[in-house]
Amino acid sequence: MKLDAIKKLLSSKTVGIAGCGGLGSNCAVALARVGVGNIIVVDFDVIEKSNLNRQYYFYDQIGKKKSTTLKENINKINPEVNVIAIDKKLDSESITETFKDCNVIVEAFDKAEMKQMLIETVLENFPDKAIVSAIGMAGWGDNSSIKTVQHNNLFICGDQKSEVSEDNPPLAPRVGVVANLQANKVLEILLRK
Amino acid sequence: MKIILNNRKEIFKADQLTIDELIKLKKFSFRLLVTKINGKLVKKENRGNAIIVEGDTVAVIHMISGG
Repeated sequence: MKLDAIKKLLSSKTVGIAGCGGLGSNCAVALARVGVGNIIVVDFDVIEKSNLNRQYYFYDQIGKKKSTTLKENINKINPEVNVIAIDKKLDSESITETFKDCNVIVEAFDKAEMKQMLIETVLENFPDKAIVSAIGMAGWGDNSSIKTVQHNNLFICGDQKSEVSEDNPPLAPRVGVVANLQANKVLEILLRK
Repeated sequence: MKIILNNRKEIFKADQLTIDELIKLKKFSFRLLVTKINGKLVKKENRGNAIIVEGDTVAVIHMISGG
């Protein structure tokens, strides 16, 4: 497929991204660069200095809201993307409402409980919608353990074993790899339909 | 019975198992799971009575923090 055709196809698509941290911010930027037309980004958090080791924000944005700042950063890269920024802590009810019109949903939370809640909510309410989740990306190295596995419409990117802890922090390279794996899977889904 | 568990063929002596029994047999010790039988979500409260039989496709996916 030629670049023009890819852009044309993607311009009509909508991707929902739950969480604007290391996974969500990097995944959203990759999708914006290739020209996904509509991106819904949701997060309730503000940018902290410690986030800058992996998240797509800048030093002078510390203290600002992640969702609206991500919109700003995306539109600096590609002003044609319609970014809908929602400053909110998602629950099962708002997940259903927020993402009902999305072609694909990206799970980009940090907490395991939130990942579970999002996956279960989408599987229950939108059994035919594709979800691209990320499980296991803490630490560094061990490139060959990072992969994508499929369970019907649910795709899991990551190594499925490296949990974040004090001794195993999330760092830019591995989080970025997994975020971009998610974006790559989203593209595959959007371009095959 | 033969089933597909997490995209791999597995054989069990039992003719049927609940998801809870399967988790115990496989010694999955993860705190948070998403479980599915034949693509359909089985929530935590139903894992004790959701039956897996010959030919089923089962997913037991563990959730860990990080992002």
